[in-house]
Amino acid sequence: MELVETPSAKSVIRRAATLLRRYVRKQRLVFFISIIGAAIYAAAAVGTTIILGNITNNVIIPAFEDNEKEARAIWYSGLALLLVGFLRASTIILRRYFAALLTLRTQRQWRRDLAATYLEVPLKYHRETPTGQLLAHADADIVASSEVLNPLPFSIGVAALVIFAVISLATVDWFLTLVALVLFPSLAIINRLYTARAEIPLATVQERVGGVSRIAHESFDGVLVVKTLGREQQESERLETAADSLRSARISLGKIRGVFEPMIDALPNLGIIALLLIGSWQVSIGRLNTGDVVQAAALFGLLAFPMRVFGFFLQEVPRAVVVSARLDKVIDAEREPKGGDAVITDGALAVDFENVRFGYGDDPPVLENLNLHIPAGSIVALVGVVGSGKSTLCELIPRLVDPDAGTVRLGGIDLRDLDPEELRREVALVFQETFLFADTVLENVTLGDEITEEEVANAARIAHAENFVARLPEGWKTEIGERGVTLSGGQRQRLALTRALLRKPRVLILDDATSAVDPVIESAILRDLRTSLAMTTLVVAHRVSTIELADEVVFLDGGQIVARGSHKELLQSNSDYARLVHAYAHGGE
Amino acid sequence: MSDEKILDPDGHDEIALLEHASSFDDTVALEHELMMHDEGPKVRAIAVLRRGFAESPELRKGLRLTLLFATIGAVGRLTIPVLIQQVIDKGLLADEGFRPGFTLTACGIAAAIVIGVMFLARVTYVRLVTTSETMLRNLRVRAFDHVHRLPMAHHDSTRRGELTSRVTSDIETIARFAQYGAVAWIVDSVIVVGTLIVMSVYSWHLALLTAIVAVPILPLFRFMQRRQLKAYGIVRSRVGETLAEVSEAVQGAGPIRAYGLQPRAKARLETAIMRQYKSEASAARWFAFMFPLGDAFGAIALASVTMTGIWFGESWGLNAGSLVACLFLVQLILGPIAELGEILDQTQTAIAGWAKVLDLLDTPIDLQEPENGRDLPAGPLSISVRAVDFAYRTGGRVLHDVSVELPAGASIAIVGETGSGKTTFAKLLNRLADPTAGEILIGGIPLTDVDKDSRTRRIRMVPQDGFLFDTTLAANIAMGRNGATETDVKRAISELGLTEWVDGLPRGLETEVGERGEGLSVGERQLVALARAQLADPGLLILDEATSAVDPRTERTLTTALLRLAEGRTTVSVAHRLSTAEQADIVMVFDAGKLLEVGSHSELVAANGRYAELYRSWLGNTGQV
Repeated sequence: MELVETPSAKSVIRRAATLLRRYVRKQRLVFFISIIGAAIYAAAAVGTTIILGNITNNVIIPAFEDNEKEARAIWYSGLALLLVGFLRASTIILRRYFAALLTLRTQRQWRRDLAATYLEVPLKYHRETPTGQLLAHADADIVASSEVLNPLPFSIGVAALVIFAVISLATVDWFLTLVALVLFPSLAIINRLYTARAEIPLATVQERVGGVSRIAHESFDGVLVVKTLGREQQESERLETAADSLRSARISLGKIRGVFEPMIDALPNLGIIALLLIGSWQVSIGRLNTGDVVQAAALFGLLAFPMRVFGFFLQEVPRAVVVSARLDKVIDAEREPKGGDAVITDGALAVDFENVRFGYGDDPPVLENLNLHIPAGSIVALVGVVGSGKSTLCELIPRLVDPDAGTVRLGGIDLRDLDPEELRREVALVFQETFLFADTVLENVTLGDEITEEEVANAARIAHAENFVARLPEGWKTEIGERGVTLSGGQRQRLALTRALLRKPRVLILDDATSAVDPVIESAILRDLRTSLAMTTLVVAHRVSTIELADEVVFLDGGQIVARGSHKELLQSNSDYARLVHAYAHGGE
Repeated sequence: MSDEKILDPDGHDEIALLEHASSFDDTVALEHELMMHDEGPKVRAIAVLRRGFAESPELRKGLRLTLLFATIGAVGRLTIPVLIQQVIDKGLLADEGFRPGFTLTACGIAAAIVIGVMFLARVTYVRLVTTSETMLRNLRVRAFDHVHRLPMAHHDSTRRGELTSRVTSDIETIARFAQYGAVAWIVDSVIVVGTLIVMSVYSWHLALLTAIVAVPILPLFRFMQRRQLKAYGIVRSRVGETLAEVSEAVQGAGPIRAYGLQPRAKARLETAIMRQYKSEASAARWFAFMFPLGDAFGAIALASVTMTGIWFGESWGLNAGSLVACLFLVQLILGPIAELGEILDQTQTAIAGWAKVLDLLDTPIDLQEPENGRDLPAGPLSISVRAVDFAYRTGGRVLHDVSVELPAGASIAIVGETGSGKTTFAKLLNRLADPTAGEILIGGIPLTDVDKDSRTRRIRMVPQDGFLFDTTLAANIAMGRNGATETDVKRAISELGLTEWVDGLPRGLETEVGERGEGLSVGERQLVALARAQLADPGLLILDEATSAVDPRTERTLTTALLRLAEGRTTVSVAHRLSTAEQADIVMVFDAGKLLEVGSHSELVAANGRYAELYRSWLGNTGQV
């Protein structure tokens, strides 16, 4: 985890104000209620001390000094204390609950925005950003960016409290006010110092917590390898090193806390002592009475804790500013391009690549000056070594990526003129890695669409998934993943194919999508595909039996098409092709 | 013609079965957890603390002195109310009027105590942090070690996340508590008790009254505490669910776009986010209600002490100053009680986390390593399996009465359909689990008597998917044997004919392989696994044949490497391709957990049994090139 950089104080204040305004604006009512709660609380807290001072002067001292016990006054005293206490309690509830709601709703909004971003950015974004980072944004970062809202209403309440307190002190005596005016700013300064000193150690601790969890993740992920290599001891040592450095970072942070926390505790008490000294001198010369001093002392005690919450709030502010800026940047990521409203014709569709170029960043292009016509209704096999650009070519058709130059057409229409949603209804791409949702088998193929049982059965028959699904504990209703069964690679691929077929695509692209399926079954699937639907099929193939079934073979090398024709023709005309296919055929030996 | 002959079209299904079995386990665990939440009394903080202290004796070290310091510090906080009383009574309201000397002295002493307490608190805090961090570090390491000693059945993908959180987030909850909550507990409880004691010096009646009013807080807090624990437990699982959805949206980015699934994914995410929010909001309700409970009770206490104090004070020997002091003392109790309420939820999460870590440490380790274990002999190892049964704890038997003698140096292929028990059999040979009945001897020594180091070096399993650690290629290969040098690594590479491949990588041996080795292809990861095995020089090699497609170039390198690695060793291959079986010296055919046939390929074909049937069906189906 990177250190949270410390922007200059001034810009933090400005940015914090902007951020807080933005958060609060979306939850005006909730914020308002929590602020009201905090304000009434502050008033009630000061009220308690005033009542206490009054009771001391007007009820307690007369009762003991002059033995004047008036039942009504005593009852009133008790009632007043009770009421003001209950008022305090209920305003705490208001403030706390609504401050929590404010925080939680802001976090919910962040989650929604991030989720939408993750779904709407182009595939390229996901290829370039580690999953862990995106998950961290959705988890820890959201909390870090908005946790500041929790103490916000209370902090505003504290500000009000300090003002009330200083005013109420000023009505008592300006000397006592002076003590407060020295004490509170010095508390604030010490808090600030504390925050500054703790910042780097805190970041170190967080970084090391991350280190420990990375090791645990990796080590448990690779547990089979750890066990078979007998590396438990080494793994344990690795964790020990990380745990040790975390421990020492925590202890150094603890030492800083050990200096400041007791100091922050002690200051208000020293203030009270100063107040008593000055107060009793003032009483002696008749400028004050005892009740005033009691009231002032109670006020000081009252302010000690809230000042700390204020410190906590100040500490959260820079983090919230930095992290929310980071999240904003994620949310502002460029979205998938929109398309036009061209209409696709019926039936199987031809696919055309015209002078297509595609590359990642500064790397040499994956595809270069590529021209290819795939006739409507044909089955074309795409053959080439790893890195020849097969997968990229496949991804261009449903527009998961856009070419850097050149045009891709579907049924003669430039893909950029089509609505991507419409395009993807017509084109089905099946990947080698099958992604299944943690849901039922049925839901995984229908993807929430209303599809009849018969249609599902038909598609599953073509994909040769019918039999194994029937053997699952609950057939189509079996849960997959986390809390359900785990399927093998071949089973997963056949489900993915079922999923694709159910969408009745007019172009079907199988990007090595049957690699884990038995070759016998694979051939059967391809034969059934040919007769089942009116569609164009593009197959990335490794197996000779598959290649042979295609109408035409396209041989891709170095991002360009080097040869095309039937399997037999290519075997004779292209020696590279012959060598590659030979390797495919005998690779398993 | 295509030579990829696959018997078991879908590969390693027994692993799937195994995972299914343990996810059942998991469901039981979940239900158990839910039950715990429903039947509150089962969550017993004290019991967890007792277990925790027994488990971490280092906590006791210096505990008494720390407690003493904390107590002194807390008592020091009572200075202020006493000072106020003294100043009012003896400094202001004394018979002789204002006494500046006395006031000055009292204030001086109080200031000294406040400053002294400040320094003492610092020492106490550093001591506490040091002790708790040391304890947590040890607990973490022990939990981590324990996870690695758990049987494989615990390590399916679902459990993995849970196990990781035992070592990370659960311990972090305890750490957070140790840093804030633990100190507060000690200081606050001392203040509460101390205050009552000081109060009873002024008037035991008022102290008793305060105590009586405060008592109902305890059962109320306990009740709320439980509800809160339950609420936070739900929050935690909801957070997990949301993250699972987010992770689906990220990891399934390709299919989601290819199939236009954004609306569906969005709806699912929205549901998860709302569920999380609702659970958090209802937890916030408890959070909001608990804290002010202290205030409400404080108001009752203050009002009743004030009233009774004024009314009966004189007859109880009170004067104005001591009554005011008592009022301050009542106020002083409020803060700590409220703070106790404040840290209760933190305490609860910490205790829940601690309980989970302790439960993990209590999870039995099925495999006990022998003391003074024996070393396996040098050279290829023979295998002798005698009447072996195997069953997972939750499921039925996977292997039934398997007996077989396999000579040293033979190449053996295990074939069978999905769920026939062949992968389990291979795991038993590597002692990833022990048979529930029967015995396995390797190189003539019962496997359970073999020293762990000798076993991991001399018996080497190469799993299907070679998992790599996020470091360099060289470091990953060197993991094959403890203390392997770079020269050893290079030798192993050249022995397997992998030099060309390594040289072709961008940074050769220094290439960073990325998380889980994802910077390399599946086939390349398998090459690393083979090189690791070569370093160890095992006498028995167990290969789980890969089912996933590997590009032809790597496939060839892989085949050569495998041939060289197998030379002079006993090899057992879990075969997914018939060609592997064809070339093996001995074929073992498994069916429904039973060893059906053993013999060479030609013998078994001639015997016209199950194997012959499999072979014929494969021959009949294969197309010609």
